[in-house]
Amino acid sequence: MVNLTQDSRFDFDIITRWITPGERVLDLGCGDGDLLAHLIAERGVKGYGIERDVERVVACIQAGINVLQIDLEQGLAGFEDAQFDHVIMSLSLQAVHNTDGILTEMLRVGREAVVSFPNFGYWRHRVSIAEGHMPVSDILPYEWYNTPNVRFFTMADFELLCQKRGISILQRVAFDEDREITTDPNNYASVAIYRLGR
Amino acid sequence: MTTSASIGVVAPQRARFDTPLAMKSGGVLPAYDLVYETYGTLNSDASNAVLVCHALSGSHHVAGVYADDPKSVGWWDNLVGPGKPLDTNKFFVIGINNLGGCYGSSGPKSINPATNKPWGADFPFVTVEDWVDSHARLADRLGIRQFAAVLGGSLGGMQALDWTLRYADRVRHGMIIAAAPKLSAENIAFNEVARQAILTDPEFHGGNYYEHGVVPVSGLRLARMLGHITYLSDDAMAEKFGRRLRHGEHKFHFGVDFEIESYLHYQGDKFAGFFDANTYLLTTKALDYFDPAYDYDGNLQEAFGRAKAKFFITSFTTDWRFPPARSRELLFALMHNGRDVAYSELECAAGHDSFLLDDTHYHAALRAYFSNIEV
Repeated sequence: MVNLTQDSRFDFDIITRWITPGERVLDLGCGDGDLLAHLIAERGVKGYGIERDVERVVACIQAGINVLQIDLEQGLAGFEDAQFDHVIMSLSLQAVHNTDGILTEMLRVGREAVVSFPNFGYWRHRVSIAEGHMPVSDILPYEWYNTPNVRFFTMADFELLCQKRGISILQRVAFDEDREITTDPNNYASVAIYRLGR
Repeated sequence: MTTSASIGVVAPQRARFDTPLAMKSGGVLPAYDLVYETYGTLNSDASNAVLVCHALSGSHHVAGVYADDPKSVGWWDNLVGPGKPLDTNKFFVIGINNLGGCYGSSGPKSINPATNKPWGADFPFVTVEDWVDSHARLADRLGIRQFAAVLGGSLGGMQALDWTLRYADRVRHGMIIAAAPKLSAENIAFNEVARQAILTDPEFHGGNYYEHGVVPVSGLRLARMLGHITYLSDDAMAEKFGRRLRHGEHKFHFGVDFEIESYLHYQGDKFAGFFDANTYLLTTKALDYFDPAYDYDGNLQEAFGRAKAKFFITSFTTDWRFPPARSRELLFALMHNGRDVAYSELECAAGHDSFLLDDTHYHAALRAYFSNIEV
């Protein structure tokens, strides 16, 4: 969905910090299972991942990850309330149509949710738009006509949605590449990570 | 690239059991035979055994061919063999013909020692649990305390599931493909129509047709035709047959007009030529009765509390006999109990029958899962 190679997945470190050992974790859009493998190694979590792409599902099985091939657009029907300590969605929120619904579901199934997404308000993207073109960058490597991303929103937009839905932002970390941004992140950060609760 | 080959020539074996088997129905088999085949070599600590359970019309002949019949390829030969996803270089694979069957294990065609006549209608009702109990006895005899994996598709998947619940310490991986935790009312309805076709055939003779030297061919044929409709998907039928005509024009007769009719007739005739009607009746009843949640007030989550294995579950999007939603029931009940589980929901056009095919992703998922099983 966005292009971060595994050794530059600095968001993994932040997410790992927010997970306590032995937690039950659900990773939505788990890809090849890299994050879950990381959390199993670092935190000994009991983890499950959801992935719809069959090649990635096979990669997860090969890696010994508990993967469930389910389309997230169907929501999390079948999962129990508070079945997990954390429900994580790493760099996939912008690729789901039903953003609102999936956030609600994450906080139903999980005690807390963790989401990370590319910030469309990043200044380089603003420059690109100002120059008349949709942004294409390391973190958004796709052209407008072939992107799997379907929702384009800024950190400010996301926080407004949380406010409207009564979702508490427990923690927020923002980055420009691997540099943490604390001043005006909606403008200077390319990626944001949130820890959310009710 | 992995090279794979057929296991080659195989031969069935027969095991005789003289300890009576008490069946769930209350019946007792005083003694019985199980016919089985094995592929690969059991390792020194007997930790590499995999049991393949068969579905309604399957048998112990899972892979390879018989020396006297090069066309007699096993029903899951594409899966089992050297270098194949279920690799016989690594695993010792067993196929068993279920009790009540008609391929050599004791069944209605066998001689009832009490009467010296075929059991016929007197053969006790068999259940999935009875089959699994008998599998366990064969495992004991072969020196297998714990299976690396038990797998099966459809009704075979139900046996794999039962293994993980009632013999939880004796199976490390349960692999349940194109199955359901129990039949739906619609599933049972289809089975009942099939049974009625057999039961009302004048040649059925209350199940004792062997004595009359006849076979309820027309009933068995209808049952199989009906079954085949449920094994395929609308898409697969449209693609394979569409509305194509046998004679290029409408004939205005009750003979074969459409290719789909010809296909069903062919499948029905072929099946009625070799399969035993009593086995068909018993096996469909075993399907209907299977319900692991029956003793748990219908609560599947509670029923699965006994499971200790890890699970591989697969469904196919075009399977309307056991659609993906049925596999998800399994999945969620297993997750409720904290079981490790890998679930794939594969796009394969062939309906329920997909589990027998070698779809690329399907076999890749199986290969990946088997490669992680430690022996």
